[in-house]
Amino acid sequence: MSVILSLTTFLPLIGVAMILLMARGPAGDMLTKQIALWTTLITFGCSLYAWSLFDPSLKSFQLVENHAWLGGSIRYHLGVDGISLPFVILTAFLMPLCILASWTSIETRIKEYMIAFLVLETLMIGVFVALDMVLFYLFFEAGLIPMFLIIGIWGGARRVYASFKFFLYTLLGSVLMLIAIMAMYVTAGTTDIVVLLEHDFPRDMQMWLFLAFLASFAVKLPMWPVHTWLPDAHVEAPTAGSVILAGILLKMGGYGFLRFSLPMFPDASVYFAPMMFALSVIAIVYTSLVALMQEDIKKLIAYSSVAHMGFVTLGLFALNRQGVDGAVVQMISHGFVSAALFLCVGVVYDRMHTREIAAYGGLVNRMPIYAAVFMVFTMANVGLPGTSGFVGEFLSLVGVYKANSTVAIIATTGVILSAGYALWLYRRVVFGELEKKSLADIEDMNGREIIVLAPLVAATLFFGFYPKPIFDMTGTSVEATLENIQGKLQAAETAPTEPTP
Amino acid sequence: MSAAVDMVQFNADIVTMMPEIVLGCGAMLLLLLGVFAGDKHSRAVTVGCVILLLVTAVLVVGGPDARTLAFGGTVVVDGFSRFTKLLVLAGSAIAMLMSLDYLRDEKLTRFEYPLLVSLATLGMMLMISANDLIVLYVGLELQSLALYVLASFARDNARSTEAGLKYFVLGALSSGMLLYGASLLYGFTGTTTFEGIAAALTRDGAGVGVKLGAAFVLAGLAFKISAVPFHMWTPDVYEGAPTPVTAFFAAAPKIAAMSLIARFIFGALGPAEGVWLQIIAPVAVASMVWGALAAIGQTNIKRLMAYSSISHMGYALTGFVAGSQEGVYGVLVYLVIYLAMTVGTFVCILLMRRNGEAVENVSDLAGLSDRDPTTAYLLAILMFSLIGIPPLAGFFGKWYVFLALIHSAAEHPWMYTVAIVGLITSVIGAYYYLNIVRVMFFDKPAAKFEKPLGLVNSALLGASGAFVIGSVVVLAPLIDAASAAAKSLFP
Repeated sequence: MSVILSLTTFLPLIGVAMILLMARGPAGDMLTKQIALWTTLITFGCSLYAWSLFDPSLKSFQLVENHAWLGGSIRYHLGVDGISLPFVILTAFLMPLCILASWTSIETRIKEYMIAFLVLETLMIGVFVALDMVLFYLFFEAGLIPMFLIIGIWGGARRVYASFKFFLYTLLGSVLMLIAIMAMYVTAGTTDIVVLLEHDFPRDMQMWLFLAFLASFAVKLPMWPVHTWLPDAHVEAPTAGSVILAGILLKMGGYGFLRFSLPMFPDASVYFAPMMFALSVIAIVYTSLVALMQEDIKKLIAYSSVAHMGFVTLGLFALNRQGVDGAVVQMISHGFVSAALFLCVGVVYDRMHTREIAAYGGLVNRMPIYAAVFMVFTMANVGLPGTSGFVGEFLSLVGVYKANSTVAIIATTGVILSAGYALWLYRRVVFGELEKKSLADIEDMNGREIIVLAPLVAATLFFGFYPKPIFDMTGTSVEATLENIQGKLQAAETAPTEPTP
Repeated sequence: MSAAVDMVQFNADIVTMMPEIVLGCGAMLLLLLGVFAGDKHSRAVTVGCVILLLVTAVLVVGGPDARTLAFGGTVVVDGFSRFTKLLVLAGSAIAMLMSLDYLRDEKLTRFEYPLLVSLATLGMMLMISANDLIVLYVGLELQSLALYVLASFARDNARSTEAGLKYFVLGALSSGMLLYGASLLYGFTGTTTFEGIAAALTRDGAGVGVKLGAAFVLAGLAFKISAVPFHMWTPDVYEGAPTPVTAFFAAAPKIAAMSLIARFIFGALGPAEGVWLQIIAPVAVASMVWGALAAIGQTNIKRLMAYSSISHMGYALTGFVAGSQEGVYGVLVYLVIYLAMTVGTFVCILLMRRNGEAVENVSDLAGLSDRDPTTAYLLAILMFSLIGIPPLAGFFGKWYVFLALIHSAAEHPWMYTVAIVGLITSVIGAYYYLNIVRVMFFDKPAAKFEKPLGLVNSALLGASGAFVIGSVVVLAPLIDAASAAAKSLFP
């Protein structure tokens, strides 16, 4: 039995233990940062090693670990398949960048900051590798604590409001999911995800379970109309907090739909698909329009995130190969792109300490490298062919078009609107004459910032031209999931309608 | 011949009740010691009482494994009583240790304090073993009388005196109700033993008199666990009583009363599930909801913890609502975790002293994370645990009671509503716990507290924090123990 997944998951906690031993003061802080950086880098290495051990041609979960934990069927059960592994790698990939991005911008309580991020990394990876519902819920929910502190302690002016809103919103969604998990446990007699994936829940029950899970994942993703915590949280969080929020935490919602809602409640998924389409389309069009009107750069990107997550739910609930593939790629691509956009905002925020679009303009004159990098991600955000954003959006739309052409047509306007807000933002911030006096001395990106953003540029372009590695990893598992769903749906159709006792 | 048999039985009964007898006699001896040695040696009396509780705990552990009745079936010792007695003993011993520094700082060091706690503990142990309405009442009153005095222990302090008086008056009222209910039960079933009542209920069904009697008894018991609508005394008494006394109130007596409720509803009222369910279920829901809502406006941290304990008793009661063995063991797990969280939180409240006196506003914690990060982080972890965020212990408490509830909901669909209401109120409750975290971490620092925690209290806080964090790894043995204990309640 391999322990690589446990190692990847809990390695950051070893970093935490080491940081706890560091003295306070400048020397200790420097050492703290280095420990955090190395821990996250080694964790990334572990995740890559797990990838090398992973056989993408197998349908089953791999690198499985299964030990007794709480008694009964609640076990410490870990494993990955092609759907979860990319998210593990994405998480481990983004963390070192976050640590580097916070190198100088965080000046207070550095120890606590790094501890919060490392704990968060453990919890995020745990969400994706857990194969037991209770274990999953544990990781899923525990992430609230470090994120609450990250927003609340190192956040902006309205950080208290934002942190409370984030916490309470997410908690409310999660407790409903908790009830559903209990109901599944009682009905199926197990919390083992592998077993539950094969379990047929009665149709009526599926409806309730689906809605309860929806309450949690819709808040997390977020979907319209429960997205309102996101702009606040993003705006107030420190740069690295926004990166994690947009890059990983939102993906937990999409991952949850794909891992739980679709295969476990297929009848309900088909039944509610029109509602999901409607909510997604509203999210895409409405939040894109809202994004057009924003005066705060981070808020604009936050709203664009909501719109992009709309494509994810569209693709997932199209319930066909293209749609689901598109959704997965869209999530991964958004992990790079939105993370990078927030990092780009962080670069200018660290210099000017404002996020207002009106405070910028003409940056290209003093910051050519920055302008080029920002350009790449703006284009990826728009979904320009050649960037990873295009692959995801295009496939999702193809999938939806097969399922429901009207929805696809309306959703496509979102692509146009995204070009509108993203390019307009770019025009206002980067182009034009450098008129503002305050910007006269602004410096271009330094070496550290280039190191942080370069991997993201590379990833965005690489997967834009050559998304095959992602499909290689995810293909078999996506196919298996869809087969599972179709099989259950056909069984439900052909089964004689039993009278309910 | 018969006299000899009686003698044998009597000896066996004595052995069965040995822990209580030792505790009672030991407390008397220590009382004598205290009287002759005076307040100068009250620390020695405290140490003596802690050792006495430890000895009692050892005797409890060594007690009979099987369900054993004693003294004509009026008291019972089984796995369930062993589990809850150990919890109560732990709660009491911790309360004594916690109070050492506080009583010294407040110049309240008197030898009566540990003795009153010990005698209250004796009352609680009788409550836990009660299998008869009379023993129930005697145990309850022994506990309550000691607690009334403890509440007004700072007798020169107006608020403490007020707390004691209020507690006494309302407590007497509740005792009266309980006694009236007991008399009704006796009148309509013709017996005071729980087995007898259960047999009568099976034979004759539950008439109006029995229903009324059960309602009054349960009302009296609900007062002791401060469940809504019998909670009115709680905030005032919690606020007025000296802080270590409040900490004691918050844990041990509630554990004893909860186990008494368990034995009463599953033992005496077992055959009449509908009767107690329609009392316990609304009380549980009301406690969860009101505990969460009323706490939001509180600025005094002890009052806040009063409402917190009200809502936590509501959560624990939902385990009884499930009406199953699974539910009872959920309650036991909940009580253990609740005890651990309460101890840690009150140790942090004990830290709050400025200019020679205790300060009790939530805002006094402002910026604690700057001045004393370790304590601040531990208190924050306790707060997240009280909300019920995994992987902290509080989550598992909620998990097991609500899981039992959902399990029973297959037969009683209305229980889904109870579970949903319960978990949504935990979100509302999250607000005020988060508020404490906010004050400590996000607000500008206030003045320093007088001095750091003493050695004993630091150790208690550390143990509480370690339990709350570590339970995710080591919870399995506790679950097994609680499960075995709950089993003995359903022979």
